[in-house]
Amino acid sequence: METVIEVQGLTKSFGSFKAVDHLNFKVAKGEIFGFLGANGAGKTTAMRMLCGLSKPTSGSARVAGYDVQLNPEKVKQNIGYMSQRFSLYDDLKVEENIRLFAGIYGIPRPLIKTQTEALLEKLHFTEERNTMVRALPLGWKQKLAFSVAVFHQPKVVFLDEPTGGVDPVTRRQFWELIYEAAAQGITVFVTTHYMDEAEYCDRLSMMVDGRIEALDSPQQLKEKMGVASMDEVFRLLARKAKRTE
Amino acid sequence: MNIFSAFVKKEFFHIFRDRRTILILLVMPIVQIILFGFAISVEIQQIRVAFVVSASSPSKTSIQQLARKVDANEICSVTHWYSSVDAVDAAMKKGEIDVAFCFQEKEPHHLQVQMLIDAVNPTIATSESYYLEAIVTDFLRKQQLNTQKSSAVSLIQPSVQMLYNPQMLSAYNFVPGVMGLIFILICTLMTSISIVRETETGTMEILLVSPVRPIYMIFAKMVPYFVISCINLATILLLAYFLLHIPMTGSIISICLLSFLYIFLSLSLGLLISTVVKSQVAAMIGSIMGLMIPVTLLSGMIFPVENMPWALQRVTAIVPARWYISAMRKLMIEGVSITHVSTEIMVLVGMSVFVLLLAFKNFKNRL
Amino acid sequence: MDKMIVVEKITKHYEQVKALSNISFTINKGELFGLVGPDGAGKSTLFRILATLLLPDKGKAWINGVDVVKHYKKIRSSIGYMPGRFSLYQDLSVEENLNFYASVFGTTLEENYALIEDIYRYLLPFKERKAGKLSGGMKQKLALCCALIHAPSILFLDEPTTGVDPTSRQEFWETLSKLKEKGMTILVSTPYMDEAVLCDRIALMQEGQLMKVDTPQQIIDQFDKALWKVSAKNMYGLLKDMRLSPLVEQCYTFGQYLHFTFVQEELDALVAYLKQKGHQEIEIAPTAVTIEDCYLQLTDV
Repeated sequence: METVIEVQGLTKSFGSFKAVDHLNFKVAKGEIFGFLGANGAGKTTAMRMLCGLSKPTSGSARVAGYDVQLNPEKVKQNIGYMSQRFSLYDDLKVEENIRLFAGIYGIPRPLIKTQTEALLEKLHFTEERNTMVRALPLGWKQKLAFSVAVFHQPKVVFLDEPTGGVDPVTRRQFWELIYEAAAQGITVFVTTHYMDEAEYCDRLSMMVDGRIEALDSPQQLKEKMGVASMDEVFRLLARKAKRTE
Repeated sequence: MNIFSAFVKKEFFHIFRDRRTILILLVMPIVQIILFGFAISVEIQQIRVAFVVSASSPSKTSIQQLARKVDANEICSVTHWYSSVDAVDAAMKKGEIDVAFCFQEKEPHHLQVQMLIDAVNPTIATSESYYLEAIVTDFLRKQQLNTQKSSAVSLIQPSVQMLYNPQMLSAYNFVPGVMGLIFILICTLMTSISIVRETETGTMEILLVSPVRPIYMIFAKMVPYFVISCINLATILLLAYFLLHIPMTGSIISICLLSFLYIFLSLSLGLLISTVVKSQVAAMIGSIMGLMIPVTLLSGMIFPVENMPWALQRVTAIVPARWYISAMRKLMIEGVSITHVSTEIMVLVGMSVFVLLLAFKNFKNRL
Repeated sequence: MDKMIVVEKITKHYEQVKALSNISFTINKGELFGLVGPDGAGKSTLFRILATLLLPDKGKAWINGVDVVKHYKKIRSSIGYMPGRFSLYQDLSVEENLNFYASVFGTTLEENYALIEDIYRYLLPFKERKAGKLSGGMKQKLALCCALIHAPSILFLDEPTTGVDPTSRQEFWETLSKLKEKGMTILVSTPYMDEAVLCDRIALMQEGQLMKVDTPQQIIDQFDKALWKVSAKNMYGLLKDMRLSPLVEQCYTFGQYLHFTFVQEELDALVAYLKQKGHQEIEIAPTAVTIEDCYLQLTDV
């Protein structure tokens, strides 16, 4: 199995405070990898390093075949990113957003038009192509944002709590998009607070106080800890946490 | 290149879809050019001259000839005739005359002329003095050429005295102007942001669902800024007196009272702005753009109001700073008593009441 | 039973969007009532109307017999309100915030300390910290204390647990049931279906409309089909194949399993079909209905 993310001893310190403490894990191609942890556990900091947005204090990480410290720009070219806070420009239309990000991600000019049309059709957004993104319901926005994030067929897509507050129906539709992307060989690295979504992942890791306290498939984790749901797994592990932001 | 042009296109979209940005980028420059063009005028428009002549002066005819010459000039006009110099001070302080020619005859047919110029605004004063001196010199020359009669009058070169601001210090002119600008900017800006911030962050929601009455909230917001502005007032006055050596001829109490009134008006204006805008950014833009430009250009702070076209002069009447600066100049530099600025005070009081009532009326009780 | 809150045909438009359509329901004294629905359902709009912050376009509402439009001032002095996002002063400390709100309501922290004691003890170690620097869970606790500080008899909590980590969420709901025991009437909104079961009664909302108002158990009982769960090694492939099968009526993901309903219950035929499609490790069994299943059925996924 091709390894798409390889993390060894990854650490980020702010002064004497270790936000991320010696992370070690690997993620294979096409895997849906859940990155869980309470607020303040260090998830966002870790993700930033993997995206090439922040320099590790020590340790190493290779994403999409490139070292995040030596080649952050190459890393960025080969990944997609979507967060809850920002995904698309509210004051641009649906089609304009798609085209803009197509340009940003370096899709060759002659292909942009055809690929935009294909995406609009796939999402059933052809009628909404001229709607301002701010007028779209949240669920639709999230779906569009995800599609834009994987538009250029990156090796890995990083999703930072993409389904917060979204209705159950749209959440499921969103996860179906994730499944589809993974089936096409795109590795999905996702953080979430919904424990049922944790179940959809092939493997997960739980971060507590900057370290990884558990790393396994959902079924294995439940068996090892002798509990029936991911909710309880989370609660048992989170209780160990000393850091409360 | 692909990426670059995609970004450029996006930036254009952002700009053209935001009404506020368009206003600032395209409309503001036009407004400014127009205002600047009309407001700036360092040429003199009107010089009101008073002639002070003792009734028994033997050179009356010559004086009257001079008067006609002065009057004939399209900018000057002889508006008052006084028999003694004492009347001049009062008239200038009331703003009725700009220049006074004082004629003294120590010996018959030997006139001495003293030009007294209201120099509160040094720029104008200098221009006025050159202008009139030119007229007088010309008159003199023609007189000497025209007549050999013994009743010829030899007018000695007029001596010029700049009243109230003998050293023609621009600081005298500027300090009231800057005070007007500082207070209205700080007070308005700060109060306007303060209320909008509560709405933006959501704390207003909780406050509304409580027994708190809007009046308390509003006045509570004004109090700290009032106190801070008073501290600023004290600092400015101290600096003006000790560092810039501005005379402070007027009563400190009057200066302070007038300033309190102006500060109160500025705070109310800030409140009014905050009731009509929805974000802190809009409040800032509204306060700065909506106030700074009119105050700088139209309050008489830099460009004298008297020099503006009639229409624009009428417009300056709604700029609160204009009244404050005019009154402050009189109080600080001319040293008049507070009754002389009663018009300005009444205008400021009226504006305050109006603005405050409007702010209360606009204050939204609901989201 | 005492009717504490009465809502009658409330409608509200925002430009062309209908935020609320003809909403009617009542809440009894001492009830813990949940408004359940996703973003955009209209929960916050309804809250704001009941808290007298917005005027409805049509319809009426009464809180303890007081009309929300005509006598809003009276209501504003008597309810406890916690708006949708954290709305306390970020640059004031925990203690300063509490004291401020206490004085706004003409009371002091000490006067009603007993009511907030349980919650406040979590905050005590942080009482000097600026509110903006608290964690999500702590902020919610502080906001709740401020809403309770004047001992209201009704609490309006608009999405108090959104964006907060699961442990804090659980603690929060434990606090709510303790408050209910003290006799408080609580109207709370949440997008989390699993929190719905903790309420006495709930209203399921979607796109400005009420779908059902009842106790959680009765809503579950009203689920008119048998619900099944299934899992296999390749979950995504399983989902696609299940949807293609004519035997299956509705199928959707549900964490570890897929939940589905039969058109006609033919278990063996379905298993055979799945095996034929190459699925391995097939696990299939009936499963208990949850509120989320009811919601999905009502919105017809």
